[in-house]
Amino acid sequence: MKRAQTSRPKVTVAAPAENEAARAAFSRLIVIVCLAAALPGCGDAPRSLEGRQTARRLRIAAASDLKFALADVVVAFEKQHPDVQLKMTYGSSGTFFSQLSYEAPFDLFLSADMTYPQKLIEQGHAVAGSDFEYAIGHIVIWAAKDWPIDVEQGFEILRDDAVLKIAVANPQTAPYGRAAIAALKSVGIYDAVESKLVYGESIAQTVQMAESGAADVGIVALSLALSPALQDKGRYYQIPDDAHPPIVQGGVVLRWAEDAALAGEFRDFLLSADAAAILKRFGFVPAGE
Amino acid sequence: MDWTAIRLTFAVSVCTTAILFVIGLPLASWLARPGRGWRVIVEAIVALPLVLPPTVLGFYFLCATGPHSLLGNGYEKLFKSRLPFTFQGIVLASVLYNLPFAVRPFTAALAAVDHKLVEASWCLGTSRLATFRRVTLPLAWKGILAGLVLTFAHAVGEFGVVLMVGGNIPGVTRTLSVAIYDDVQALDYTSAGRSSLFLVAFAFAILSLLHVLQRRAPR
Repeated sequence: MKRAQTSRPKVTVAAPAENEAARAAFSRLIVIVCLAAALPGCGDAPRSLEGRQTARRLRIAAASDLKFALADVVVAFEKQHPDVQLKMTYGSSGTFFSQLSYEAPFDLFLSADMTYPQKLIEQGHAVAGSDFEYAIGHIVIWAAKDWPIDVEQGFEILRDDAVLKIAVANPQTAPYGRAAIAALKSVGIYDAVESKLVYGESIAQTVQMAESGAADVGIVALSLALSPALQDKGRYYQIPDDAHPPIVQGGVVLRWAEDAALAGEFRDFLLSADAAAILKRFGFVPAGE
Repeated sequence: MDWTAIRLTFAVSVCTTAILFVIGLPLASWLARPGRGWRVIVEAIVALPLVLPPTVLGFYFLCATGPHSLLGNGYEKLFKSRLPFTFQGIVLASVLYNLPFAVRPFTAALAAVDHKLVEASWCLGTSRLATFRRVTLPLAWKGILAGLVLTFAHAVGEFGVVLMVGGNIPGVTRTLSVAIYDDVQALDYTSAGRSSLFLVAFAFAILSLLHVLQRRAPR
């Protein structure tokens, strides 16, 4: 009974005819998909996307407090070395540290502290003796200009009821976050403001939280407060250096660097007077000063 | 407009869709067969990425493919390259993450095909493969196409897994959604706005296409 339904075979016979157009469209689709898969060769894609230039390239993983200062350094360096292409990725130092433990494809790592570069050397992921100190950073309490919060008063403003949220960088992954927490503790207001803290994934995200008003104030890097994107938009209070351990920033050359000589050249440039002038403009104390 | 990121995003999505078409169809046709048993478990595994946060998949992926793992080590010996932080890596992660977006529509489409027609074709002496090609596919192609479109669109918008597995490397793993995240952090709202608008327009176009595909009179 179930098998012998007379109407069914008719459908079977009719189906191919009715679906002729559909079938043609489908086989065309299969061809397109296969071609699309074969053409870029999937595996070849990264090389072709990066361009087949013969120029030397340097892949730099940089702490995001450097986002604006380093952009100027990069321009100056590329002017001196027209054949060099610098590929920048910004993020939190701790995220880079864990990625580099998986041998992420970077040549040079510019951290916001000295601990991560030294740990990478200890673990054998970075070239021993290639670590260098390039700058000392500062932190500020920052608020948007049109916000009715007078951050220039300093730490006490954080207790104010008008301040609902304080953005800091995640202390687990960002050295600037650790410095911010240390400063809040050293002036004795950490317990009072702890419930107001919100954490950015990196110092760049932290500053974005404060800039957008999602958080009332942010404890961020001076280098970002002084950046062209922010300098006219907010006010800040510079946290005294003695409130937290100094933010000594260091870099290191990775063991798998494609062009270790180029990494060395960039390091030397970063330590040169030209780069020091740029770093100073962004509120860093360059190494050796 | 960040054309490098757009090209890369579409390369990842095309590869993901193509791979899922090739492996998703056999899997779906097995799942669509009548009878339960193991299929329940496999169906649940396929659906996992729908409910798991991308971080879980990203974490397992990094653990499974890192240079210290068995799989990662084997891959490295075989291909002399690594999976994390590479184009191949984000494609593989994207394939895993988009599995339900391809296999579930495929399965639904194939299961909707009257099995009696398939059996009739077999009884007439047509081979299984030919039956699949000449009876099942013509009846199920719309659902399959919808699955492919959905997979492609979802792969374009993938963010969490790509960021975790790919590591935001320009031209290699910085897809459009990651570039937007980057632009917002750099306070470059103009660029973020432009890329976001592009994705909104793209998503709208593709969803409209999907509805047109599903609406058109079935026969």
